[in-house]
Amino acid sequence: MQGRLRSRELTFEEKLRALHWPFILLVPMLAVIGYAVLYSAAGGSHEPWAWRHAVRFTAGFVVMLTIALVDVRFWFRWAYVIFVATLVLLVAVDIVGSFSKGAQRWLNLGLFQLQPSELAKVTLVMALARFLHAARLEDIVRPVYLLVPLAMIGLPAVLVLLQPDLGTAVMLIAVGGGMLFLGGVRWWKFVLAGALVAASLPLLWANLRDYQRQRVLTFLDPERDPLGAGYHIIQSKIALGSGGLFGRGFLNGSQSQLDFLPEKQTDFAFTLLAEESGFVGAALVLILYFVVVFLAFFVGMRAQSHFGRLLALGVGLNFSLYVFINVAMITGLIPVVGVPLPLISYGGTAMMTTLMSFGLLLSVDVHRQVRIPRYPSEL
Amino acid sequence: MYQETDRHRLFTRRALVLGAGQLGMFGLLLGRLWQLQVTEGEKYALLAEDNRVNTKLIVPARGRILDRLGRPLARNVPAYRVRVVRERTPDLRRTLRSLAELVPVSPRRLEEVEEQARSLRPFVPVPIRDDLTWQEVARIAVHAPELPGILLDQALLRDYPHGPILAHVLGYVGPVNDRELANDRDPLLALPEFRIGKKGIEKSYDKKLRGRAGLSKVEVNALGREIRELDRDEGQPGEDLQISVDLELQRFCFDRLAGEKAAAAAVVDVHTGAVLASVSIPSFDPKAFTNGLSAATWRQLRDDPLFPLVDKCIRGQYPPGSTFKMVTALAALEKGVIDPGHEVFCSGVFTLGNARFHCWKTGGHGRLALVQAIAQSCDVYFYDVALRVGVDAIASMARRFGLGERLGVDLPGERPGLVPTRAWKRERLGEPWQKGETVVTGIGQGFVLTTPLQLAVMTARLCNGLRMVRPWFVRSPEAAAEEWPRIELPEEGLRAVLRGMYEVVNGARGTARRAKLPIEGIALAGKTGTSQVKRITRAERARGDHKRKDKPWRERDHALFVCYAPYAAPRYAVAVVVEHGGSGSKAAAPPARDIMTRTLEINPSGADLIAARSRTARG
Repeated sequence: MQGRLRSRELTFEEKLRALHWPFILLVPMLAVIGYAVLYSAAGGSHEPWAWRHAVRFTAGFVVMLTIALVDVRFWFRWAYVIFVATLVLLVAVDIVGSFSKGAQRWLNLGLFQLQPSELAKVTLVMALARFLHAARLEDIVRPVYLLVPLAMIGLPAVLVLLQPDLGTAVMLIAVGGGMLFLGGVRWWKFVLAGALVAASLPLLWANLRDYQRQRVLTFLDPERDPLGAGYHIIQSKIALGSGGLFGRGFLNGSQSQLDFLPEKQTDFAFTLLAEESGFVGAALVLILYFVVVFLAFFVGMRAQSHFGRLLALGVGLNFSLYVFINVAMITGLIPVVGVPLPLISYGGTAMMTTLMSFGLLLSVDVHRQVRIPRYPSEL
Repeated sequence: MYQETDRHRLFTRRALVLGAGQLGMFGLLLGRLWQLQVTEGEKYALLAEDNRVNTKLIVPARGRILDRLGRPLARNVPAYRVRVVRERTPDLRRTLRSLAELVPVSPRRLEEVEEQARSLRPFVPVPIRDDLTWQEVARIAVHAPELPGILLDQALLRDYPHGPILAHVLGYVGPVNDRELANDRDPLLALPEFRIGKKGIEKSYDKKLRGRAGLSKVEVNALGREIRELDRDEGQPGEDLQISVDLELQRFCFDRLAGEKAAAAAVVDVHTGAVLASVSIPSFDPKAFTNGLSAATWRQLRDDPLFPLVDKCIRGQYPPGSTFKMVTALAALEKGVIDPGHEVFCSGVFTLGNARFHCWKTGGHGRLALVQAIAQSCDVYFYDVALRVGVDAIASMARRFGLGERLGVDLPGERPGLVPTRAWKRERLGEPWQKGETVVTGIGQGFVLTTPLQLAVMTARLCNGLRMVRPWFVRSPEAAAEEWPRIELPEEGLRAVLRGMYEVVNGARGTARRAKLPIEGIALAGKTGTSQVKRITRAERARGDHKRKDKPWRERDHALFVCYAPYAAPRYAVAVVVEHGGSGSKAAAPPARDIMTRTLEINPSGADLIAARSRTARG
C-alpha cells in the first residue's frame, strides 16, 4: 500500500478517502458562528454582512477542497511563481490600489476587491517551505545562506508597511521567523535579531505614521483620549467585561447593539461574540480555534515530506497568529492593529486566503506519503 | 538519509517548542478573557449601563401666582411649537420653504434653522417657531403629508394674563444666565428650556415656584439617539403661591394712575402689613421676557427716561416733602421741646442768619398751633420745630417709622431711601452739618429720600397704634403669629398729629379738602406733600416763576399724598407719588382718595367698617 502510494499518482477516490474529514467539518462550524455574529452585528439582519459572509464562505470552501485535491507536488513546484506573483500584486497595490481609512490596501479587480497583503501571508509560507525543504542542515548554519529567506520575508513586509499596514507586516515577519525557526536556524540568531529590532525601535518610531504612533500611545494608556483614539479599546473592554460569564444574550449586547462598539463586524467581531455569549462562548470559540491549530500541527507531524511538514505548521502558525493578534488587541493586551478574526470577521480576502491555506494543509495531509525531491527538476 | 533523519529530529523538536508556544498564547488569551469578563465583569457591566442609559431631566410645571382670592396672576399656558427633524425629510430646504408658505417665518430665521439643523445630529429637533396660533397649528396639521420632518408639539409658556398691571410685583421669568448657574446647584438650571425668576415675586419665591425636576431614564445609542424610555419620575410641580395683592384693587390703582407719565402707589393693610396693591407707572408687558427679549426692545425699555422696568414703589426714592412733617412733630413732642399747644407765627418767611426759608404760602399763615400747622402744612412752623429738636432726633423718629432703611419686603431690589444725621454727613460728605439743613429736613426736603412703600408703611404705623408693621406680599404662618413691636410715644402728642391729618382732609382750611371720601360716615385722614426737585433761586421767586403752570415737566415738583381710613378705626393706608405732578393736593390727593374709596369698597381685610362708621358719626 505504502509503496503503491509512493510510486504512482493517487486516484480521485483515494484522495477523497484520504481527506481529513474532521478538520473539514470543523471549518464550517467556525463560519456558522461567524454568520451568527454578523447577523447580530447588523442588529438581527442577514443584510448586509451575514449573507455575503455565507456566500463567500461557500465559494472559499469549494476552493479549499479543490486545492486539497491538487497534488502537493504541484504546489511545491509553483510555490516561487505564486510568491513572486504576490509580490507583483503588492507592488501594484502600492501604485494603483484604492485607499480606505488612510491606507492603500485594496486592488480593484472589477468583480471583487483583492487585498494582496492577506494573500502574502499564505504564499510566503509556501515559498519558505519550499526553500527550507531544499536546505541541508549545514546550509542553514551559514549566515550568508539565510540572506535569501530573509529577503523573501523582508520584501513583502516592506511593501505591506508602505501601504501602510503595520499589523500585516508584523504578522509576515512573525510567520517568516517561525518558519526559519522550524527550518533549524540557530537560537542565538533569533536572539540577535530580537536585539537588533529592539535597537532599531527608536528609528522605527521616527518613521511611523501619525496614526500608528497614536495607536501605540493609546495602547499604553487608553484613557488619555477616551473619545478619540482610546475609544475603541475602552468600549471593547467594557463590552467584553459586561458580557460576564454567560453573556448578555444573542442580540442583547448593549455595547454592540447600541453602536458603542466600533468595527464590530470586522476587527471587533470577537468582542461582540464575547459580550453576547460571555466567557463561556468566547472560550468555546477560542478552543475551536485551538483545535484547528492542533490539527494543523498533527498534519505536519505525520507528513512524510519536509515541504509538507513546514507548510502544515506554517499554515497553523499563520492561523494562530491571526487569532492571537486579534484577540490580544481587542482585550487590550497589544495595540490596536487591523487584524481580522479568521472565518468570523467580515472580509472577503481574509476568508479566501484562510480557506486557501486550509486547502494547502489538507493537500499536505492527503499526500502525506508522497516523497518530494530537493528540487522540482527531480520530480 | 542520515542527513534527513537529523533534520527531521531537529524539526520535531522545534515544532514541539512552537506548539507549546501557541498553546501558551491561547492560554494567555483565555486568562485575559477570564480576567475581563469574570473577575472585573461587574465593573464593566456598570460602565456598559452608564453608556446605555441617559438620564434626562423633566422640567416641572412652574407654580402659579394667585391673588388673595385665588385669581391667577401668573400661569402656564400651552404654546404650540413647530420643529424640524433633518433626518426625516428628504430635502430640508424644500420642507422649510413649504412651511414658510403656510405660516410666516422670516427668511433669516429659515437660514438659521437650516444651519442649526445641519450642524446638529440629524435626529435632533430644531425649533422654528414657538408662538403659533391655533389657526397656524391647524394649517400645518392639514398639510402634514407635504411637510416631512415637521413636528408640532406643545410646551408650557409662562403667561401673565394681566400684563403690565402687575409687571413690577410679579416680575418675570427668563433664560438662566451664567451667574445664576454658578450660584445654584439645581440641575434644572442647566436645561435650555428652563426659565428662572428674574424679578419680583418670580425671583424672590423662585425656589418655591420652581418645583423639583423629574427624571426620565432613556436608553441611547452611541450617537445619543434615544431608543426607548426605561423609567420615568414625574418630579414635583412648583407650588402655587398666593400673594396679598387684590387683583381688582391693583387694576383700579393702575388704571387710575395710567394717565400720569410716572407715578407710584401702594396700599397696605395697617394692621397686618399686607400689600394690597402696588403700582408703578409706566409699566411693561412681562410676557415679552419669557422667551428672551429682542435686543432692540430691551434697549428701548432700559433707556426709557421714565424707567418702565424700575418698580418705583420700592426703588423710586423721592423727597417726602410735607408728608414728613408728622415725623418732625413727633420727634419734638417726644423730646418735650414742644407740646401740642406750641404756637409759631408764620409771616411767610423764616430767617436763619443770612438765609431765608420760605413757606409755600406767600403771605404766611399767621399764628398757628400743631393741629393747624399740619392741616395747612405750614412750612415755617416746622422750620421752627425742626430747629428746636435737631436733626438727629428727627432721624431717630423717622427710622422708627420705617424710613431710611429697607423694610424687608419680599421683593428683590428694595431701596433704603435716606434719612440724614450729623454723623452720616460727616462720614459721607466729610462736612459738618449745617443748621439750615436741619430746617429743610424738618419739611422733608434736603437729603431726605423715601420710597412710596415706606410712606405707606409710615402712615400705617402712625394710625395702627404705633405698631411697627412691615410690608409683605407672602407671609409664612409663623411670621403671621408674631406681634409687631411698638413705638413708645406720648399719647397726647400722637393724637394731635392724627387730628392734624384729619383736618388736612376734613378741616375748613385743610390742604386736601377735595380728598374727602364719597362714602358717608367714613373719614379719611392724610397729608399732602409737594417736594421740590430744584432749588428756587431768589430771582425766580421774585418773578414768581416757581408758581407758573408751564414749567418744564422735569422741573415741576413731585406730588405726594399719604392717607389712611377709616379715621376712627384705621384699616388701610395709601401712599401716592406722582412724579413732577405739581402739587400734592391737586395731583396726588384725588387719585389717593379714589384708591382708598375702592379699597374700602372691596375691604380686603373684611374688617367691620360699619362699626367704624357709626363711631365716626358719633365723633
